[in-house]
Amino acid sequence: MGRNGTALTLTLDGERVAFRRGETIFEVAERHGKEIPTLCYDPRLEPFGGCRLCVVELEGARNPVASCTTKAEPGMVVRTRTASIEVQRRVLMEMVASENRDTDVDPLHGYASQEMATLLDRYDARTGRFDGALSGESRFDDDNPFIKRDYDNCISCYRCVRVCAEQEGDYAISIMNRGFDTKITTEFGGFLNDSACTFCGQCIQTCPTGALGDLKALANRDVPGETETTRTICPYCGVGCSVDVMTRGDQIVGVLPAMDGPANEGALCVKGQFAFDFVHHRERLSTPFVRDLESGKLRPASWDEALDRAATDLRRVVGKHGRESVYAVASGRAPHEAAYMLQRFIRAGLGTNHIDNCSRA
Amino acid sequence: MSNPLADMDKPDVIFCIGTNMTECHPVAATRLKRALTRGAKMIVADPRRIGLADISDVYLPIRVGSDVSLLLAMAHVIARDGLLDDSFMEEHTTEGEGFLEHVARFTPEWASGICGVPAEDIEAAALLYGGADRAAIYYTVGITEHICGVDNVQSLCNLALMTGNLGREGTGVNPMRGQNNIQGAGDAGALPNNYPGFQSVTVPAHQEKFARAYGRPVDLEEGMTKVTALDLAGDRIRAMIIDGENTVVSDPDRQHCEHALKSLDCLVVIDIFMSETAEMADVVFPATAWAETDGVCTNTERRVQRLRAAVPPPGEARPDWWILSRLGERMGWEGFGFQSAREVFNELCSLSPIYAGLDWDRIARSEYQWPVPEPGHPGTPRLHEDGFINGRGIFKMLTYRDPEETVNEDYPIWLTTGRRLPAYHTRTQTGRSEGLDYLLSEERLEVHPDDIAGLGLQNGGWAELSSPRGCVHVKVRATTRSPRGTVFASFAFNDVPVNVLTGGGYDPVTQTAALKACPVALKPVAPPPALGQTGLGGALGRTAPP
Repeated sequence: MGRNGTALTLTLDGERVAFRRGETIFEVAERHGKEIPTLCYDPRLEPFGGCRLCVVELEGARNPVASCTTKAEPGMVVRTRTASIEVQRRVLMEMVASENRDTDVDPLHGYASQEMATLLDRYDARTGRFDGALSGESRFDDDNPFIKRDYDNCISCYRCVRVCAEQEGDYAISIMNRGFDTKITTEFGGFLNDSACTFCGQCIQTCPTGALGDLKALANRDVPGETETTRTICPYCGVGCSVDVMTRGDQIVGVLPAMDGPANEGALCVKGQFAFDFVHHRERLSTPFVRDLESGKLRPASWDEALDRAATDLRRVVGKHGRESVYAVASGRAPHEAAYMLQRFIRAGLGTNHIDNCSRA
Repeated sequence: MSNPLADMDKPDVIFCIGTNMTECHPVAATRLKRALTRGAKMIVADPRRIGLADISDVYLPIRVGSDVSLLLAMAHVIARDGLLDDSFMEEHTTEGEGFLEHVARFTPEWASGICGVPAEDIEAAALLYGGADRAAIYYTVGITEHICGVDNVQSLCNLALMTGNLGREGTGVNPMRGQNNIQGAGDAGALPNNYPGFQSVTVPAHQEKFARAYGRPVDLEEGMTKVTALDLAGDRIRAMIIDGENTVVSDPDRQHCEHALKSLDCLVVIDIFMSETAEMADVVFPATAWAETDGVCTNTERRVQRLRAAVPPPGEARPDWWILSRLGERMGWEGFGFQSAREVFNELCSLSPIYAGLDWDRIARSEYQWPVPEPGHPGTPRLHEDGFINGRGIFKMLTYRDPEETVNEDYPIWLTTGRRLPAYHTRTQTGRSEGLDYLLSEERLEVHPDDIAGLGLQNGGWAELSSPRGCVHVKVRATTRSPRGTVFASFAFNDVPVNVLTGGGYDPVTQTAALKACPVALKPVAPPPALGQTGLGGALGRTAPP
């Protein structure tokens, strides 16, 4: 609403639409389904205005304006998709593509990795039109197991630099030089592990070209099947970050941060992003075990035998020492249903309150 | 947390104490960093120069276990300089007058003699916190894992009450919970003093409710805590069921724990791996893991969220609720015929007033923070917005107490323990995920360079760390993150089981162990004979588990 209580409006592709004070033209257009193309935009970051793809025609302005950095004003007349704007975008895409070696990017690289490829398709942009130069220098010598640093595919959108600074507050990634000579690098041009990098993976997830990629997910690129995602919550600390677990068949192939997760709003840490494969570790227990009465060693057993053994032993203890002699410790790692059933076992089964969880340790 | 995570970039002043948030709750810490970018100020109190200290405006390197003295002196300055929120105190608190009199004698100079922080820095912190419109406190187990853990928390509450920093955006007293569902384990009733939903087991109305729900008489007195149960193992406690906890590695005083579990007639363990604790069991049940289990968890801001299975479990692993339901049936009990996680969760909701407005379907989109007293209620992101449920906030008259064990001639150095970013707890998960070793492959004791020189240690060399309960060999790292006279190790690595040493004292109210303050002796030792072997079996007089 405006200061005098009337709605703020502008004209967007011939239609009068309302907006909120402080919104950019890009944000207003997004809300109205305009699909303005962009490569340097991440809704979580400060607008940057670097790629110029989001330019729109603004009546009264001499040149097209970047919609991501221009605040909406009452009475503006904006055209998002005129023929000349679309031509300009196509030329821009072809210039961007000239820097670029691969345009076919495996989605396992990261959350935003398809953005450039999608726009190249949309504008039918040819990659060989301009005689470009590669900006940046790939660091395949960086032996870190998480972040692929293939700067041959970098288009200098600075999203990785900005997400590291603005979202993470780590400032591990920096920029050298200008123009075609621009290099995304770390402080002193070294390995990520020698920088302030915490391997949260946010740079991977915001990269629109796959120049940065999730090495742990990419290691699973040959796992057969379509990639499916399942929304769940990270298994580590109590912040409760939402994640989308990527699976192919019965195998977890990677983790994506959930941009709409209320606790994390797209952020993750090294554990939530990369420490998922314990689930498939060969040491996972896949059968019950009971202690063999003769050898004194644990041996695999059927559910029937193990449940009977536990129930028999517990009944014997209760018979001999009373129901107060059984104690239960619930996990802070397992879901509610585990803790609830364990306290139910103790309270409904034995009638005592001899139950605790691991929070005192 | 009294306030939602979304409030973390809203305070004018942030006070972090006993929380190494950039390593233990990294995503929450990013919100604090954004608040600083916006212009908020930050006070950090921690014995170690942790990551947060580097970006703070006032850093208070307190001696381990001295928090109460610092917080009393901050209250003193706030009262002395009239930075009180009089109307909040008038409307929402009680015992305020007595409290202001009480803190009159606890000057910054007095506290400085105990906590080791210069009096002027205590003044600066108090003026910053007391002068803010919106000030928020964040803490973790650096506050609670002391013999005075409850006093520490109440001291923080006193500060918030006297300045009116509760019930508003960007304020609050906010514990950061350490495990994905440690809040939920309490919510679900896995506590000796509370039924589900924190309903006290000693209140007759609650007793009747659960006797009716469970169709049997219930005991009228509180159960014992795990600490007591371990003490009484082999005596009054003869059987234990432990679900998903590696007790012998994560709990204090490892030898005591192992002895306790060995002296049971029956130990049943439910876990996803053959942990050191499972190795000791009579029966081990294989549980489904994260990403294999449908269920519910609650995060640190009381947000109730759905866990969803994405892949099938290995072999015959089963969900914990299924295992316990079937075990209940084998015990011959009625009412254990549960067939789904949904059924279990919905029963929990039906018995817990703070979940009364929730059910399996309603929580699908992570929208609700409890309490949610009835269907249609929007949930409660911020507690105490309409005052306190129990009437008034009560000021507590606290005094400083020394830790149960303090440094002395035999054990002249403080050991404080904690966690590191790339490792989670005892590494049962992160230790089995590819790549994490690249960032952290071994435990190293963090020692100030001056102590390294003074004790004849070498950076990268080995040291023997001992307390009255045992000794541990560990590699040494020189770092000024540790103050002189205090060393730090995590309990992540089984071959450096620092919890062999801890266990000197518990909070009398909660029986939380004083894991953060343990006097130790430190001396150089030769490296173990073969690297990869721990050499600890010998040192401890027993064989390390395979």
